[in-house]
Amino acid sequence: MSNAAATAAVPSYLQEPKGIKSWLLTVDHKRIGIMYLAAIMFFFFVGGALAVILRTELFRPEQILMDADTYNQFFTLHGAIMIFLFIIPSIPAALGNFILPLMLGAKDVAFPRLNLASWYVYVFGAIFCVASIVLGAVDTGWTFYTPYSTTTSTSVISMTLGVFILGFSSIFTGLNFIVTIHKLRMPGMTWFKMPLMVWGLYATAIIQVLATPVLAITLVLLIMERVLGVGIFDPAMGGDPVLYQHFFWFYSHPAVYIMILPGMGIISEVIACFSHRKIFGYKPIAYSSLGIAFVSFMVWGHHMFTSGQSEIAAMIFSFLTFFVGIPSGIKVFNWVTTMYKGSISLETPMVYAVMFLFLFMIGGFTGIMLGALALDVHLHDTYFVVAHFHYVMMGGTVMAFLAGIHYWWPKMFGRLYSERWAKVTALVIFVGFNMTFFSQFILGAQGMPRRYYSYLDQYQPLHGFSSVGAWVLGIGFVIMAVYLTASFFNGRKAGPNPWGALTYEWETLTPPPQHNFLKDVVLTHGPYDYDKVTVVGDFYDKSPTDKQHMAGKV
Amino acid sequence: MATSHTETHHPNWLQHHFSSPFQQGESSKLGMWLFLLTEVLFFGGLFCAYAVFNAWYPETFINAHKSLSWPLGATNTIVLIASSVTMALAIRSMQLGSKKGTLILLWSTMALAAVFLVIKYFEYSHKFHLGQLPGEYYTYEGIAGTNPHIFFSVYFMMTGLHGIHVIAGMIVIGWMIYRTSQDHFSSDYYTPIEMTGLYWHLVDLVWIFLFPMFYLIG
Amino acid sequence: MDTTGTLFLPPQNSTIASEVDFLWDFIYWASAAFFVILGVAIIYFLIRYRRRRQGELTSGKSHNVPLEIAWTVIPTILIFFVFVWGFQGYLKMQIAPGDAMEVKVTGQKWFWSFQYEEGASTVNELVVPVDQPVKLLMSSTDVIHSFFVPNFRVKMDVLPNRYTHLWFEATSTGEYDLLCTEYCGTGHSEMIGTVRVLGEREFTEWLEQAGGMGEGMTPAEFGEQLYTSKACNTCHSLDGSKVVGPSFLNLYNKEQMLTTGQAVVADENYLRESILNPQAKLVAGYDPVMPSYQGVLKDQQVDALIAFIKSLQEQ
Ligand code: HEA
Ligand code: HEA
Ligand code: HEC
Ligand code: CUA
Ligand SMILES: [Cu+2]
Repeated sequence: MSNAAATAAVPSYLQEPKGIKSWLLTVDHKRIGIMYLAAIMFFFFVGGALAVILRTELFRPEQILMDADTYNQFFTLHGAIMIFLFIIPSIPAALGNFILPLMLGAKDVAFPRLNLASWYVYVFGAIFCVASIVLGAVDTGWTFYTPYSTTTSTSVISMTLGVFILGFSSIFTGLNFIVTIHKLRMPGMTWFKMPLMVWGLYATAIIQVLATPVLAITLVLLIMERVLGVGIFDPAMGGDPVLYQHFFWFYSHPAVYIMILPGMGIISEVIACFSHRKIFGYKPIAYSSLGIAFVSFMVWGHHMFTSGQSEIAAMIFSFLTFFVGIPSGIKVFNWVTTMYKGSISLETPMVYAVMFLFLFMIGGFTGIMLGALALDVHLHDTYFVVAHFHYVMMGGTVMAFLAGIHYWWPKMFGRLYSERWAKVTALVIFVGFNMTFFSQFILGAQGMPRRYYSYLDQYQPLHGFSSVGAWVLGIGFVIMAVYLTASFFNGRKAGPNPWGALTYEWETLTPPPQHNFLKDVVLTHGPYDYDKVTVVGDFYDKSPTDKQHMAGKV
Repeated sequence: MATSHTETHHPNWLQHHFSSPFQQGESSKLGMWLFLLTEVLFFGGLFCAYAVFNAWYPETFINAHKSLSWPLGATNTIVLIASSVTMALAIRSMQLGSKKGTLILLWSTMALAAVFLVIKYFEYSHKFHLGQLPGEYYTYEGIAGTNPHIFFSVYFMMTGLHGIHVIAGMIVIGWMIYRTSQDHFSSDYYTPIEMTGLYWHLVDLVWIFLFPMFYLIG
Repeated sequence: MDTTGTLFLPPQNSTIASEVDFLWDFIYWASAAFFVILGVAIIYFLIRYRRRRQGELTSGKSHNVPLEIAWTVIPTILIFFVFVWGFQGYLKMQIAPGDAMEVKVTGQKWFWSFQYEEGASTVNELVVPVDQPVKLLMSSTDVIHSFFVPNFRVKMDVLPNRYTHLWFEATSTGEYDLLCTEYCGTGHSEMIGTVRVLGEREFTEWLEQAGGMGEGMTPAEFGEQLYTSKACNTCHSLDGSKVVGPSFLNLYNKEQMLTTGQAVVADENYLRESILNPQAKLVAGYDPVMPSYQGVLKDQQVDALIAFIKSLQEQ
């Protein structure tokens, strides 16, 4: 390629400008994305370590490592860290930040300084959350239900204040993304020429902007309740503790789609790319993202079927809950059909995408079980719910996140990881995950309640099995940490387009230069025109001279 | 998206990642509207709380609202509407390129906001004095009905949050005054003032809902 | 009625259980069908269409309207059934039959207490007759708890300052676990009781006996019985070991340090106050977690407990 020489000459965003200050004050979306990535990976490992310790305690019913209070603090921290510090910012703020402007052919997001601010706000909020550990860790569960949360002696204020602040970081990101998608698309990129990842981020951003403020005000009310005793959630003062639950789930239900929608975006990219085939049902997939976002605002009451809400409310919430299943199903069916008559290569991102399909289906179907009123009465607040949400969050979002990490790793750092180790790890994680959480479906249906520090003897065999699964899972992630780190030192250098993909982030250098593209880009082919354009990915090109990446366009 | 201006018109306030002033202006506007939307939802939570408790304790709410002074509330409503007008005129004035006019109008907006806060201060201190305080601290005994403290909890939280928004607005207006005096704006570029105006109208609008909800029930 | 349980579900011991399980089965098998069809398709495609060489031509087919309609409409029909069954079952759970026997349930940190209309009261053990609908009228004195009996498939939150209801009709005698499923703090996982289902005649006998005041027993013996039946044993030991609360061994006439720094002698009056109004004087080194037994225990029962505590003197 003619600018092969230029490639060597232009410094990447990682190299230029130099110095720690240039990172801390950067307004470059790629660097902010990387900074987010570092932060959330850190918290994922913290949250994961807490989970492994939790599981170890649950290995047998009697006390092994800690007492009941400590256990309660551990699961609260595990839940709060995983939700607020890891999974909500994971795909949008870390991967999305890096990839969105590149996919749109833009130089940056619409408000780069706001973007940096959102990272600092995140760190600031995280400090409050972490401070709560030192100040006497919170023991309320991540849901902070009143009146327990207003009466417990632990540092609920520090934690909720932290979450409140984190909310703003999430709002900033969402706002930034909506404007970026509306206003900064490259010439020629109409709405239906956008990659599906962008649709996913768009739907996510809408929820972030619309739902997060309600969480913010809810937490303000909770803090007021604790500090000033305003009494609106306190039954003794004429308030209503169930009102809190309504407020909380009005945010937190849509929030679960903040977690999954961008993941679904990644899956669309990865499946199309590795099937080397035009995505099947582009418009249904795109619209279903919006559909999920829309319906998600009207189903929050399905977390409260046993809280004493009226039968009519329960009926409406249950009915609408099922309607989230339809657009989710449309996506799954279209993904599977995309593989039909494709040319499928099973690199690591695709392995994770396939794992996603299987695990998300299980998670989703069990969601339908929970949405069925009479059945939810039995399953509510048991390990069945725990298993459900780990299947969708860990089996869904985290698998999609891992697919995305492995997919864009070469673009982000210019290096390839060891494909062999990556595949072995994926297998270990798959096995460990199912051991840990499938057993919990059985436990829950048998009646094992969640948030239990000890349990009746009849549940021991399955709990023990689940704990062993968690250790396997832990080993998997340790291997992953090792081979990803190793890739920085001895990973093979990647060319601009290792997988032969057609979205525009692959059209620029690897890693990209400071302002993304060397010259202004114009849309010349759709994101999934694999039937019209053939790209020979440089990953398949084993020759080190690496001359013809992207040369294969017909 | 990109317009033909790209190369020809590149003023110093155009940020590097936008290809035209038009694109930058449109982005700011969309961003601001989204921000206002989050504000609406932020208050929305409190409006829901109000609706719930009003439905639970209608009598208390009717009895309690009598202890608010509607003339003061009405005055404040007029003050805020007036400030919205001066704010809108300030933008107009900058569109016409008049720095002096803009400064005068921004200062007037600021002054009206201050009047609002002063009146609010007198209202608040009167209530503090009577013990009409939120929740636990409520000691007043002259209101019939169950749980009158709930009314004041909601009242103080909503008007308090609104008050914080007024103060934030004053800070931003102050900043706009500074930037105007430093000649950052012209008839070509006045987006920040325009955005401040949008925000200020929202603050005004919220009050227009709060006033009948608390002062004019029943 | 399936009384052995399956891999997933515990035995069915109430009238509603089979209905809930039917819904479970339906969703389970429908999901399994989707899972297998899609799973097989995925694996088949992975093998059949694996990449054989670079630059292979792939299909450009981008949509198929009949297919899209099919996979929108079929799931919609299925979920409609699920919704209707779920809702019908739920309604049944909400509306208790008119002839139901009523028991008042109080949840508090961290035990359940039950009051019968006939005067009997129990702690952590709900005794009911078989084949008769029982309606529970529930409330909490502190935070939210939730009443759950897996074998009956019933669950309902128990809220402070408000009554919630739940009803069931047990179909076989025996003992079933009763669990608290709303997180309520330190003792949440110990807030476990039993539902004892008796034959009709046994139940009537039990009710008469439980309503009694320890006839034919010495006060200390009656107190010993109350010590377990009123759940004192969850927090107080008899062997001198410190659990959640201080041990009863040698408690009588002992000098106790309070959180205020004062010392008190544990005489009858102090013991009585400690049981009925435990927050009034707190023993140093313990959390203020003991619930008040005001209204739960009758005078005679308090006397019996005190007599029992007095009997626990080591020489
Ligand atoms: C990523 C996060 C995520 C996602 C995507 C989902 C997805 C869904 N969830 Fe889940 N959920 C959580 C995270 C998530 N959930 C969490 C964290 C909790 C617990 C919170 C707490 O209490 O701590 C929870 C709890 C929860 C409850 C409350 C349980 C209880 O406490 O009693 C319910 C009840 O309705 C529910 C339902 C659903 C449904 C119907 C979906 C649907 O979106 C699933 C749709 C997908 C499919 C259905 C599969 C694909 C479809 C097909 C292949 C087509 C065929 C389909 C049909 C025939 C229907 N969830
Ligand atoms: C994104 C969300 C997310 C993720 C990814 C996970 C991941 C995991 N979770 Fe989590 N979980 C929640 C969100 C999540 N969880 C939430 C919201 C709750 C509810 C909390 C509440 O009730 O309030 C919950 C509750 C919860 C419970 C129930 C506790 C209870 O109710 O009593 C359990 C128990 O098994 C559990 C286990 C696990 C395990 C084993 C993992 C594993 O998948 C983790 C795998 C990751 C690693 C293993 C990291 C690797 C790091 C290391 C290996 C470090 C090595 C160090 C050591 C081994 C010490 N979780
Ligand atoms: C949830 C736990 C719990 C339960 C149940 C409980 N207690 Fe206690 N009890 C405590 C704790 C903790 C203390 C120490 C703090 C205090 O003084 O309140 C205590 C203190 C006491 C004291 C004063 C002891 C001393 O050393 O001075 C008496 C007497 C007592 N309890 C009796 C009872 C009786 C009788 C019952 C049952 C009918 C009972 N308790 C049930 C937790 C409990
Ligand atoms: Cu009571 Cu949990
Ligand atoms: Cu939900």
